[in-house]
This record gives sequence, C-alpha cells and structure tokens, in this order.
Amino acid sequence: MDQTYGIFLYVISLLTMGGIYAILALGLNIQWGFTGLFNAGIAGFYAIGAYVSAILTTAPTARHLGGYEMPYPVAFAAAMIVAGILAWGVGRICLRLRSDYLAIATIGIAEIFRLILKNETWATNGPRGVSMVPKPFATLPEPWNHLAFLAMVLVTVAAIYLALETARKSPWGRVMTAIRENEPAARAAGKNVARFRMEGFVFGCMLMALAGAYTSHYLKFIGPNATDPLTATFLVWVMLVVGGSANNKGAILGAFLMWTVWSATEILTSRLPDDLSIRTAYVRIFLIGLVLQIVLQKFPRGILPEQRLASSAKAAENTGRPADRPST
Amino acid sequence: MLRVENLNMRFGGLQAVRDCSFEIEAGTITGLIGPNGAGKTTTFNMIVGELKPTSGRIVFEGEDIAGLPAYKLFHKGIVRTFQIPHEFGQMTVLENLMVVPPDQPGERLFVNWIARAKVAARERQVRQRAEEALEFLSISHLRDELAGNLSGGQKKLLELGRTMMTDARLVLLDEPGAGVNPTLLLKIRDMISELHRERGYTFCLIEHDMDLISSLCDPVIVLAEGCVLTQGKMEDVRRDPEVLDAYLGGGEDE
Repeated sequence: MDQTYGIFLYVISLLTMGGIYAILALGLNIQWGFTGLFNAGIAGFYAIGAYVSAILTTAPTARHLGGYEMPYPVAFAAAMIVAGILAWGVGRICLRLRSDYLAIATIGIAEIFRLILKNETWATNGPRGVSMVPKPFATLPEPWNHLAFLAMVLVTVAAIYLALETARKSPWGRVMTAIRENEPAARAAGKNVARFRMEGFVFGCMLMALAGAYTSHYLKFIGPNATDPLTATFLVWVMLVVGGSANNKGAILGAFLMWTVWSATEILTSRLPDDLSIRTAYVRIFLIGLVLQIVLQKFPRGILPEQRLASSAKAAENTGRPADRPST
Repeated sequence: MLRVENLNMRFGGLQAVRDCSFEIEAGTITGLIGPNGAGKTTTFNMIVGELKPTSGRIVFEGEDIAGLPAYKLFHKGIVRTFQIPHEFGQMTVLENLMVVPPDQPGERLFVNWIARAKVAARERQVRQRAEEALEFLSISHLRDELAGNLSGGQKKLLELGRTMMTDARLVLLDEPGAGVNPTLLLKIRDMISELHRERGYTFCLIEHDMDLISSLCDPVIVLAEGCVLTQGKMEDVRRDPEVLDAYLGGGEDE
C-alpha cells in the first residue's frame, strides 16, 4: 500500500514537472516552430520568471529582496511582464541576427542573466538562492495539495494550447510561417518582419517566465543551479524536436515524454554500480542524446510533424524535410 | 508615375549604376533591358527597396521613396515578383496567396482571441480573392498542395498570383519568363497583358527574352554600363546602332 502511494506521488510529480516543461516547450514552439527564431537562452527567461515570482511572494527576510507577500496571480503576471520587457530589449539588439548568430547571442544573454542573479546577493541571496518560496494549495491535506498544484499546471497548459492553436491557424500564424519559410517574400508581401519576429520572441519568452515562476513555487526554492542551461535550455529543445516542431500537440507530447525519460534515467543511473554512479550525470545526457537520435531516425520531423491542411499532410511527408531546417 | 533621378549605386570600387534617370509612365508596360552587368538588377533592387542607393532620388507619385524598406513600398502600391520563385514552401498554394492582402485584422495576435467574428469575416473575403486568383492562373486544382511541391512553372504562376492579391498600382516583374517553357511563356504573357488591361496595373519588367519584350513592352528602356543608353518603342530601339553595338551584337537577335 505504501509503495503504491509512493508511485502515485511519483506520477503526480512527473506530470507536474512534465506540465511545466510543456509550457516551456510551447514557448519555444512559438519562437522556433512558428517563427524560426533560434533561442538558445531559454534558461535566462525561465530564471527571470522564477526569481521575480519568488521574490514577490516570499515573507519578509533579511537574506534577499522580498517581503512583498503578493498574491500568486499578481506574481505570475509580474514574472511574465518583466520577462516580456527584457525580451523586448534583447530582441531589439539580437533579432536582426541570422539564426545561428541569434543562438550564440541568446546563449550569452542567458548566461549574463544567470551571473547577475548569482552575484547580486542583496536581491537574490546569491548562490544560496531564494528559499521558503510559498507553494499554492499548501494548506490542503495530502495528497490534495499535490493534486491541486498539478491541476493548476495542467489547466494552464490546456489554456496556452488553445490560445496557441487559435494563433497558429489565424492570419497572424500564417504570416509567422511565411516569415519562417521565406523572409524576402514576406517583406515583399508588405509584412513588417521585424515586428512579427519581436512579437513571437516576446510572447515565447513570457511563457518561459511563467514556467519558471511555477517551478520556483513547486520546488519552494530557486537558486542559480536550478536554471542550468542543460535542464532549462537543452532539454526543452530536445522535447520540441522529438515531439514535433511547429506542432503544439507535439510540443506537449515531447515535454511529457522526455521528462519521463529524463526522470527515469535518474532511477536507472542510481542503480548503477558505485564506480559508475559518479558518472551518472554523463550517462543521463548520453541517454537523452540516444533517444533523440532514435526518434529522429524514425521520425525526421518529430513524432507529430507540422500539419497544415488535412490534404497536404501526405505531401509534407513526401518532402521529408528534416527537423533542423534553416530559417532563411 | 515613377521617376528615377540621377541614381547612383556604388559597391566599393564598382559603380554599378551611374547617374541613371528615367521615368515609368502610368498605364504602360515598361521593359528594362540591357546586356549582363548593365545595372538592371541593381536598379530594380533599389526601386523595390532591397538596396539603398548611394545617391539620387526615386520619386513615386510625388514622394521620394529611395531607401524605404520593401514592406512599406508594398503599402504604397509597389509590388514585385522574384526571378527565382520565392514561394512559402511549407504552406499550401491557397495560403501562399491568402498571406498577401493588407488590412487583415487577424494579423494582430490579440484580435484573434477577442474578435473572432471580425477575423473570420475578413478571412472569407481574402479566401474568395485567392480562389479567384487561382482560377485566373488556372491552378485551382493545386490549391491545397504545398507550394514547395509545385513545378518551376507553377511556382512562377504563383509569383504572379501574389501581385493579384493587393490593389497594386506598379508591379515590378523580375524576369517573369526565365526558366519557363515556351507554351507557359505565352500564357504568362497573356496574363500580364490581361492584368494590364483589366486591372489597370502599370508594369515594369526586366527580361532577357526579346520576343516577350517586343510583344508586351512599350516603351523599352535600354541600360548599358549603369546608365540609360536609349529608350523608345522596341522596333526603334532594335535598329538603334548604339544598342546593336552594346547589346544585340551586330544585328543578331538573342
């Protein structure tokens, strides 16, 4: 009975973190899938969201900026707005760059964010991070508190999914795809490419910040290590590519699938002999890479590839375009 | 309608266009010809906003448009096509056309969430217009095909179709006949003259196919070494000894 309950809790935590990653993957899907922007600095915006929401909700403390004790919805909104403003500033500088240079620039910017968060001790408590972050529904009895948090995450994922599906099928989504497919032709069709790319970038970064906010409240703690590029950037990219870039269902599927794999590798590697277990970090990354390779061999455009109209889905398969298409 | 005044374009030490001045009269189909390296494409790219001239003016309906970005020129009524078709490969043929029209409220992200009826109403109009364009180009049967899967000639038609999705006044065609088989070439020629007649578009085209030029264009502007050599009717230009010397190679037709 105890073991069953343990598995039950494990599944809830798996789904909760999977859902948070689904928000990240949907954010990246706007940028890469819809618009063709190579954002390699997901971790930066994720971190901004996590810290803003954590600082706004914690009780007064001398260790870091805080004591505002704001309600959660205000904190979540603030996290998204701050990230949106920062994304706008970054976009002003970086969005003119070609996709590969954009990737390099965003990696750099994410690292700058992380170093600031790590070193501005007065605001963030430096490497020790912000602890005692309140968790929504914490007053509910076990396991209802976990279930309520999971429900909040899943409802958010569903709401974002519906909003993005509307956006994807709208004239806005059509222009975004046109820019991704052929920028000069989109310009020649009167589209202000810079404006649309900025919208995609800012919107995507705001969702990443929301995922960050949820993470800090879920873990009740946020420190510089939680925003490691490996788990906050690389893993999200793997999720989107495996699930199917430019397909919102694919982004969600990829997030839950790869989070399960990532989580399972932790169990697996913890059972390794001692001399190997110190190398678990490498083994986990290796296994993720292996899954990525296997999936892309079988599904070059992700498990759920981009779909336009029902009748053209077949034609899309025939062209067999690889997932890592160039954006210009 | 469009007047080019003392246009210069210098790439480092190379002067591609030199003090070039000419005018495209409203209601004409003006041909822009000249040997390779004459500066046709450079001039074209300056007019459509892809290149900013080193000096000189491009006056469209009384306004200097030199250096304005391409997307702004579109809204002023200047539309272009590409020599190598620039289709949106992973979008359907119908979507390729539907993306073009201006004034689509649904291009604002938030409008799609709060005013769906307004978006849907405009979508119906846009779709209708796209269907008509496909009908005109006789490629209606390809409407749901991905544009990337079309043949070269079909993509060329799609280029022309995009110009029909807006109320353009000046349409600039970059080699509409390049890489097209002779039958389709005749079809494209007829379409251009029909659009000229029915919709009142003013055309300007760069072209190497002399038959297409002589059957469509009046007047013809001949560029050589970055400036205007002469202009006039094709049959007159053809006999101009200077032109023959610079371009047609001693009386031989290309």
